Amino acid sequence: MNYTFEFAQVFAAWDELAYGALRTLWLSAASMAIGLVVAVLGALAKNNGPRALRIAIDAYIELIRNTPFLVQIFIVFFGLPAIGIRLEADQAALLAMVINVGAYGIEIIRAGIESIHHGQIEAGRALGLKPLQIFRLVVLKPAIQAIYPSLTSQFILLMLNSSVCSAIAAAELTAAANDIQARNFRSFEVYFVVTGIYFAMSLLFWGIFAVIERAFLRQPAVR
Amino acid sequence: MRSFGPNEVFYILAAVRWTLLLSIVAFAGGSLGGVVVALMRAGSIRALRWIAFAYIKIFQGTPLLMQLVLAFFIPGIFGLDVDPWAAAAIGLSLHASAFLGEIWRGAIEVVPRGQWEASGALGLRYWAQMRLVIAPQAIRIAIPPSVGFLVQLIKATSLASIIGFVELTRAAQVINNATFQPFTIFGLVGLTYFIICWPLSAYSRRMERRLAEASARA
Repeated sequence: MNYTFEFAQVFAAWDELAYGALRTLWLSAASMAIGLVVAVLGALAKNNGPRALRIAIDAYIELIRNTPFLVQIFIVFFGLPAIGIRLEADQAALLAMVINVGAYGIEIIRAGIESIHHGQIEAGRALGLKPLQIFRLVVLKPAIQAIYPSLTSQFILLMLNSSVCSAIAAAELTAAANDIQARNFRSFEVYFVVTGIYFAMSLLFWGIFAVIERAFLRQPAVR
Repeated sequence: MRSFGPNEVFYILAAVRWTLLLSIVAFAGGSLGGVVVALMRAGSIRALRWIAFAYIKIFQGTPLLMQLVLAFFIPGIFGLDVDPWAAAAIGLSLHASAFLGEIWRGAIEVVPRGQWEASGALGLRYWAQMRLVIAPQAIRIAIPPSVGFLVQLIKATSLASIIGFVELTRAAQVINNATFQPFTIFGLVGLTYFIICWPLSAYSRRMERRLAEASARA
């Protein structure tokens, strides 16, 4: 093995890497937030909407879950202009990620709704809880407890998946890596460091989510 | 500019075999590695348990795209030249080993402890216990999530296009660059993935429901 590692050239571009990492975080947080709104609306419509709407939502979920994210992002970025919707790469990346996480989110939210039984609400009423207390303690908290693990792992999955957005040159961490290695040709070093940054971000969020769960969501009496 | 005709459709659809072949190779490689990871993780040797845990976390905590890109560039450090096909097959196999390993560890640990104790009392050693008593029960539990992961893996092969392997998605890009009909082409490609993946998803879900009903009755 007579390969000389040149990590210095990667760290020289630390500002680009930091900016890329921030963009990745922003893209993930924004698409998660908007995606959750889509997911809640979708879950409500799937549970209570008219038949045609329910079928449309099922089709949406199945189409997204059974096609690669890369193809979805190509359709949004390259395909939509054909029907008159032209988006910047960053906008297309955000839209594709929202569409993607929305489909996975609907099933998560539905599981949360289903975890609340009507009898528990009646029991809360029988105990003399006020409506707001019932919503907070009997409906919201157990529902969040039920979906917290899948929701948080979905977020980390989404963050890692956002690297695919580099395929349309949206500004995020992997695209920053592509730019840097196109300049200095230190492909291995650049991608190795960037993979490390992604891993550090995953560890950070695993840690934060575990702390939040321990602080607010542990409730031994549940189930 | 070329027009988008039957020849172009055929070129794209012919690339499906590379998507399927890569999926099969990665699933086979991932199964071999996954068995090792699962046995290490569910075993009683602390150091091996820890190594398997770290392996799983690294693959769960980094983007698959970066895993494939590194699978492409790491051999170069050792002076080896790998083509995109080998890099994708190796990268996806290692990736699948981690995820299948974690799924199968779960399946092994769901088998009640009493099964280990009873088979141990009958005088069976570890490998005989695993082969005759534990694995047959664990496999039943593991099938639905493993098929579910196979769907993930088939979709994941699309990322091999980024390191230059010409499978379904890359073939579509090639044709799109020549004909510029992105909506039709990527729509067709999406539909092709859907036709491959959806039956597997439906099967996995049905098996899961059946298993849940069976364990609710027991």
